[in-house]
Amino acid sequence: MSIKIEHLNYIYSQGTAYEKQALTDINLELPDGQFAGVIGHTGSGKSTLIQHLNGLIKATEGTVYYNGENIYAENYVMKDLRSRVGLVFQYPEYQLFEVDVFTDVCFGPKNLGLPKEEVEKRAYEALRQVGLKEKYFKKSPFELSGGQKRRAAIAGILAMQPEVLILDEPTAGLDPRGRDDILEQIARLHAERGITVVLVSHSMEDIAKYVERIIVMEKGRVRFDDTPKKVFEHDRELEQIGLAAPQVTYVMRELKNRGMDVDLCATTIDEAKQSILRCMAGRG
Amino acid sequence: MIRDITIGQYYPADSVIHRLDPRTKLVATLVFIISLFLFRSFAAYLVATAFLACVIRASKVPFRYMVRGLKAVLILLLITVLFNMFLTPGTPLVRIWKLTITREGLTTAVFMAIRLTYLIIGSSVMTLTTTPNQLTDGLEKGLRPLNKIHVPVHEVAMIMSIALRFIPILLEETDKIMKAQMARGADFESGGILRKAKSMVPLLVPLFISAFRRANDLAMAMEARGYHGGEGRTRMRPLQYHRRDGAAYLSLLVYLLAMYAAKRIAGF
Amino acid sequence: MGIIETRHLTHDYQKIDEDGKTQVSCRAVDDVDLDVSPGQFIAILGHNGSGKSTLAKHLNAILLPTQGTVYVDGLDTRDAEKLDAIRQRAGMVFQNPDNQIIGTVVEEDVAFGPENMGVSPREIEQRVEASLKTVDMWEYRKHSPNRLSGGQKQRVAIAGVVAMEPMCIVLDEPTAMLDPVGRKEVIRAAQKLNREKQVTIILITHYMEEVIEADRVIVMDQGKILMQGTPREIFSRVEELKAHRLDVPQVTMLAHELRKSGLPIPEGILTVEELADAISPLVNHTESKKG
Repeated sequence: MSIKIEHLNYIYSQGTAYEKQALTDINLELPDGQFAGVIGHTGSGKSTLIQHLNGLIKATEGTVYYNGENIYAENYVMKDLRSRVGLVFQYPEYQLFEVDVFTDVCFGPKNLGLPKEEVEKRAYEALRQVGLKEKYFKKSPFELSGGQKRRAAIAGILAMQPEVLILDEPTAGLDPRGRDDILEQIARLHAERGITVVLVSHSMEDIAKYVERIIVMEKGRVRFDDTPKKVFEHDRELEQIGLAAPQVTYVMRELKNRGMDVDLCATTIDEAKQSILRCMAGRG
Repeated sequence: MIRDITIGQYYPADSVIHRLDPRTKLVATLVFIISLFLFRSFAAYLVATAFLACVIRASKVPFRYMVRGLKAVLILLLITVLFNMFLTPGTPLVRIWKLTITREGLTTAVFMAIRLTYLIIGSSVMTLTTTPNQLTDGLEKGLRPLNKIHVPVHEVAMIMSIALRFIPILLEETDKIMKAQMARGADFESGGILRKAKSMVPLLVPLFISAFRRANDLAMAMEARGYHGGEGRTRMRPLQYHRRDGAAYLSLLVYLLAMYAAKRIAGF
Repeated sequence: MGIIETRHLTHDYQKIDEDGKTQVSCRAVDDVDLDVSPGQFIAILGHNGSGKSTLAKHLNAILLPTQGTVYVDGLDTRDAEKLDAIRQRAGMVFQNPDNQIIGTVVEEDVAFGPENMGVSPREIEQRVEASLKTVDMWEYRKHSPNRLSGGQKQRVAIAGVVAMEPMCIVLDEPTAMLDPVGRKEVIRAAQKLNREKQVTIILITHYMEEVIEADRVIVMDQGKILMQGTPREIFSRVEELKAHRLDVPQVTMLAHELRKSGLPIPEGILTVEELADAISPLVNHTESKKG
């Protein structure tokens, strides 16, 4: 049971002067319960790719399978897919429109045709999951702060209780505090509910801490697809395509160059610290 | 991508017509259109055809681009022609079932068709050879005398050029919001008119809010760059008439005389 | 005389209260004294809502102080007659690249400022060329802004300000909406202006790595200046920054953690090089002791 992409190609504005191959021969499989990160800079095709996963964009060529079913099959119910694969767009607060936060979060489950009590129950739960306090529920979404708006918008997707949650740059434009809050909440969601989470980002340092797998996109192709440690080993190549490994990777490399026997695979501050201390202790 | 939709349909090429001052082109288009309605005769339309053909030739824009504009108004054109053909009283020519085509009706219909077609081709020549910016510049400078009677010419031109800048952005935004709401199960396609109208709320509210926010930001950015209306403003490339514009006005005059002569002398 | 001076600058916003009825005033900037000397590169850090953007908008008279005064090159921003002069001296670049480009063609947009100032057409052409070249966007002069990347758009916006030949440019979170590549492009352009043209730069951001090369860093919190000093001084106070949930560059953080674990590493490490330099002698030291 998973999402599977086979030989996916996508061409923008096919047949016009602006024709552009956005995705080339993508093959991916996302098993249930995985916490994956998709990295690439603007124009690498990462946003286009994730919009295929819930059928908002139809591939020019290739197939997407959800739980083994071809989503392009004639009798496939797209609306059903969209409730199972929740997609949170970049700057999702721009989609808020209702009179108050609670009603806005109800929009998704209401569209699923659920009874009123169930809709409200889900909305309530979703808002709690994103850590929005009850005193904000009846406020206009436009009175909230940037980070709160963002969380309300994410709750709007969560209320549909998707099996897969995809977030396109959920921290864009937020300050460090807002960013950490959102990432922590997503990590907790993944841990508690065991849903599959795909985090799209252009910041390595942000996602290295959380994900178990990193998919690096470049010019519409998958360039690397592995565990964070394995991916960061390619720091030179990552730099060439305008991405960088977390700063600690460079520290470890530099220390290694100077003859210290440190662990090159350290990607977080804590791992680096442990490795350096171990190395010192070993010597001393 | 939706961003690629450009407003207007400028066709880049290096031709005399492209290089003409936008004011010249605006005046010429206006005069041409008026002339079509003023000189109602086949002989005059022959002159107009020749004139239009020469201009198109000189513009170096492929002919198919010229007629593209016609597609959009084809239905309107057909309806106008049919109405005129069947509903004008006069000497009957043919009778089909209950409908009668009269001689007068036929003439009016043909005239109407020619006028509308030429009107559209004529304005296409202008939009194809003039960038939207030149057009607003031309309007601003050409209409400046209206300032005296308190018509806010500069403001109108500024609004037009800001609209040109933001329409593609808002189109793209529409696309994005629609997708975001579809991801939340919104349905923009099915249902009757009432349901469809209702389903637009989740699209229109965010779109309006975004447009207002953008307007607010832009106003601030313009103010920060010292904008204080049209007064005391200079232009990087102020519009200037050249010799070719003189020649163009002269050709226009010759055209008008020819139209007049054609109607008077040929008389059909 | 500083290029920018604020004295007891205070700004209140009017806001609707929680119950939705009464208006309350909300203090965004609280008694701030700021002095910026010509040619400095100043970075202002702080969370959203810390008052840093409100402060920035005072520096070219988009907002006027509720209390206190702001002087730009000696001109009081409340003096309505000096408004044009103030805006020419202190330019401003905003966060959203799409919402600050007015022209439909790059060069037209850059010309917008000088046109408003009534500069002669020939000089506008020269200024547009010079400023687009400064930000490396000259080859895009005929392009539509809609087809540029975020970083390119922000550089066009910077060129638009540079063409007004200001003494000081305030950049209000110019990189918040950009990807890492775009962010670097913009910061590099600002640094180049500062070094080569001696333009005073005031950069507002919440990305720590962008402030490392600043002459002075100002940290704002709740409308007040919380800390002020060189990047090294500021980043020596890791615990304090963390308490306010501000970011610290990963190397600085790692150095701090190692220090806490007992290694004799100085505070305020800012680069990978510095950290390696601090660690490697320790190893050699222990080795030589052993030998």
